[in-house]
Amino acid sequence: MLEALLLFLVVVSGTGGEICVTRAMKRVGEVTDFRPLAIARVILRAMKVSWMWIGISMMALAFFSLLAVLSIENVSFVVPITALNYAAGALGGKFFLGERVTPRRWAGVLIVCVGVTLVWLGKR
Amino acid sequence: MSSSHSLHLKTYCMLLIMVLFAPLGNVLLGKGMRSVGSAVSWTPSQLPHILSLVLKSGYIWLGIASLLTFFVAYMLILSWADFSYVQPASSITLLVVALLGYFYLGERISPLHWAGIVIICLGVFVVGNTPPRTTEAR
Repeated sequence: MLEALLLFLVVVSGTGGEICVTRAMKRVGEVTDFRPLAIARVILRAMKVSWMWIGISMMALAFFSLLAVLSIENVSFVVPITALNYAAGALGGKFFLGERVTPRRWAGVLIVCVGVTLVWLGKR
Repeated sequence: MSSSHSLHLKTYCMLLIMVLFAPLGNVLLGKGMRSVGSAVSWTPSQLPHILSLVLKSGYIWLGIASLLTFFVAYMLILSWADFSYVQPASSITLLVVALLGYFYLGERISPLHWAGIVIICLGVFVVGNTPPRTTEAR
């Protein structure tokens, strides 16, 4: 039960964090200048967007949940399960960022879910 | 050497770094956490002590360093290669994690588990092979 909760946090909080960071970076604007000083300015600007801090907090929560679940379960079980990020990412991208998810991408997500189910059943 | 040839070489080197260091980082984190003890028996009052054990583990720091190496390679490759090229190629990392877990950590993996991992790789390959941008730039 605890492992399921931790895996849920790894996937949902990790993807949620990435979505928040994406939102923040879209607000900052496209990066076209890759000189160190310009990149430093972009980072400073990004740090002023509250979505960035929400995103970083969620990603930190996902990382510590990953560490906790790795203390219970094998890495060869945990890491393939975290591929559910792709499912969460497709849903989050569609509903929070307004991205268009192609049928082919949904098919890929479905295949990932089938694989995750097999990995879960294979452990029992 | 032509510039397209050197670009290919650069891309393959970065992919190799990604495919090796992401799984290595996860495996090292796994090994480090095994020495900390199972989270099933943790109580909230123990968390500061557990955090200090985590931060003292060499394996954890090596794992974090490996994941950072992966991340830098990932960022660099995305500066010239398409996301829809990089993501499917990196799906192989899931298989490498399982191989490292099996051979290096001695984890048991059932045939059904292997089948699941291969199917997940296939799914990630299909997901990644789709257009990386579907929204207009703002």
